[in-house]
Amino acid sequence: MSAEITESELRERVRTLLSEIHPDDPSVDSITFRGAQYDHGLAWVHFPEGLGGLGLSRADQAIVADELGSNAKNITNDLAVNAIGIGMGAPTVLTYGTPDMHERFLRPIFTGEEIWCQMFSEPGAGSDVAGLSSRAVRDGDDWIINGQKVWTSLAHHSTYGMLLVRTDPSLPKHDGMSYFVLDMKAPGVDVRPLHQITGEAEFNEVFFNDVRIPHSMMLGHEGQGWRVAITTLMNERVALAGNSSRRGQGDIAKLVETWQTRRHDYGSSASEVAQRALAQDKVLQTYIEAEMLRITHERAKASMTQGVPGPEGSVGKLMSAELNKKIYEVAMDLLGNDALTYEPGYELRRPGDHAMEGDSTLKHAFLRMRAQSIEGGTSEIMRNILAERVLGLPGDVRNDKDVPWVEIPRSG
Amino acid sequence: MDLSFTEEHQQLRELVRRFLDECSDEQAVRAQMDTEEGFDRSVWTRMAEELGLLGLMVPEEQGGTGLGAVELAIVMEEMGRSLLCAPYFSTVVLGGNTLLESGDEALCQEILPKMAQGELFLTLAVEEENGGHDLSDIHCSAEKQGDSFVLNGVKTPVLDGALADVLLVAARTEQGLSLFRVDANAEGMTRKPLPPLDTTRKLARIEFQSTPAELIGREGSAEAVLEHVLDLAAVALSAESTGGAQACLDMAVQYAKERLQFGRPIGSFQAIKHKCADMLVQVESARSASYSAAFSAVQDAAELSVTAAMAKSKSSEAYFFVAAENIQVHGGIGFTWEHPAHLYFKRAKSSEVLLGEPAFHRQKLAALIDL
Repeated sequence: MSAEITESELRERVRTLLSEIHPDDPSVDSITFRGAQYDHGLAWVHFPEGLGGLGLSRADQAIVADELGSNAKNITNDLAVNAIGIGMGAPTVLTYGTPDMHERFLRPIFTGEEIWCQMFSEPGAGSDVAGLSSRAVRDGDDWIINGQKVWTSLAHHSTYGMLLVRTDPSLPKHDGMSYFVLDMKAPGVDVRPLHQITGEAEFNEVFFNDVRIPHSMMLGHEGQGWRVAITTLMNERVALAGNSSRRGQGDIAKLVETWQTRRHDYGSSASEVAQRALAQDKVLQTYIEAEMLRITHERAKASMTQGVPGPEGSVGKLMSAELNKKIYEVAMDLLGNDALTYEPGYELRRPGDHAMEGDSTLKHAFLRMRAQSIEGGTSEIMRNILAERVLGLPGDVRNDKDVPWVEIPRSG
Repeated sequence: MDLSFTEEHQQLRELVRRFLDECSDEQAVRAQMDTEEGFDRSVWTRMAEELGLLGLMVPEEQGGTGLGAVELAIVMEEMGRSLLCAPYFSTVVLGGNTLLESGDEALCQEILPKMAQGELFLTLAVEEENGGHDLSDIHCSAEKQGDSFVLNGVKTPVLDGALADVLLVAARTEQGLSLFRVDANAEGMTRKPLPPLDTTRKLARIEFQSTPAELIGREGSAEAVLEHVLDLAAVALSAESTGGAQACLDMAVQYAKERLQFGRPIGSFQAIKHKCADMLVQVESARSASYSAAFSAVQDAAELSVTAAMAKSKSSEAYFFVAAENIQVHGGIGFTWEHPAHLYFKRAKSSEVLLGEPAFHRQKLAALIDL
């Protein structure tokens, strides 16, 4: 708790907000209530006063959440309202935006009136995001954008997008990028659903065809894009942190449930008995892996509290990606012939368009989990990071450093 | 469950590590593993007198320090790291815990103070020639003759079985599974050292032919005692495995930084880097497994069987994975006798099998949590 405001004073402020406007009042919609919450400095208390905050520490937001939760039912969740805008857009705008940008963007991000998306990855720049090739060329007070982004969640609902593009190809790759806030409705922006192996389109491809963007929409300076992007990505990690801490919860529960149902289906022939034992051991191995991941998270939390973070905090992403894939691979084996069908089908749809039930949930997860070891850092990149940053092994020999971006070999 | 170590825990770890760095370096390990006894008696005495490690779990009134499973795990982890050759696991972990759990006050009073002072070696003889790890696999018999019993049967492999002054033997009477004390000089006992795969840990085959034995605790009451002792032993062994696994990872990383091929450190190749990263993941998993089991032994006894089964399965597999990959990272040199990689590799495989293979412990887990 900060020295200026005590916990009880902060709780009092929440109660004052609720006495003026209450989210459980049927005439108050989420946007209106969140707007008032912002105006009271209770949106993100670690932000400055006047910009949705009170200049407190980030941890104090938990007090606000607790007080709101104890006194109101209709509290909307930041992740549901505007996950990327609130989790990543707002902190980036706050750090690198002009005062005008703060005024213009932060409040509607928090209320959810303006949804944000993030456009970094490209077909030719996945693990190597800094190698991206979408171009912005200066034209008077504007820049003209051409190129393509991919894996853009929420682009089809977004008002604004965080856009990282190349502004100077003659510089080394990390130095020639700039960062813009792009109006997603601008002429030349084309958002198309990206059909994935589950049949759904959680993500989009975004094409830019001579899209004009004012120079005033640049976040940070020209050439500073990579640094700004790092701020965005660091907040992605913060936003995604947090894990279940009860044994057997989360995805592993699905496998346990499947096993407990299916284990009765094995017959008494020698072959069936052997198959059952093999399947059971796979379930047990996976269960233990899940438990080890959970405990590793617990150890990481404990050492954070003691201020000495060790390697246990860095292995989680790799462990969980590989585990989640395995959980549903084993579950599919347990399903036997039922694994051969896929009720939802593969016709292009947005998530939530088709409610899934029963085994379909497992089969869908089996397909969806392939992405876990690709998105947010592939397992191979995570292994490089563990090897170099945790174990201190030397970096790979690189041929893309200290050379102009245009001279780096590229596929396609 | 709170998984944080205290300042005192940290101090204990550092104390043991400093001692073992001095007394159990590679040269010392190699010297001891070639002897028949397999350890250095002067180091054993110092472990008793200077560090109080032999009486770690012995109550203060019996000359110990009265600590618990977490402290034992710390000590075992350090011993595993330095591959200490000593009858610690047999005497203190198996023997000491069996006496403490037996509830036989007089026997504890007689033996534990001597054990804590390093004057007496113990071991626990459970498994037999059928190779089963379950208590139901025990067939050794004990027959009442007057006031005492005589044992018949074979126990193998028995850790430090040729060394032990007092053997604690599991055998069946008409009342069921019971525990017996057999002294080193007992008649009708033949102890034959076995050539161990892992020469840092000595094994023996022991044959009883109408060997006089003294009942420990109540006749027919050994099952619960042994279950608990073997859980505690699994936790300690998993801590030892964690320490060994960390040592292997450190060795591999060090070598990957120093070894130059194709004009660069081999650690700059992703093939090696990714191996090391996977080893790190396994080491951290082993650590999570053994720490959570050790803490549960103290904080949540009802959970111990579950966490011990997971710990034994996970840490021993992790140790073997890391020890094997360590040889691979080293290449040819890792296959030579001169290099210590094989010592850890052999310890790792023997730790995987000792007290039951990973799949055996997973079956125990399945029964406990209805999987």
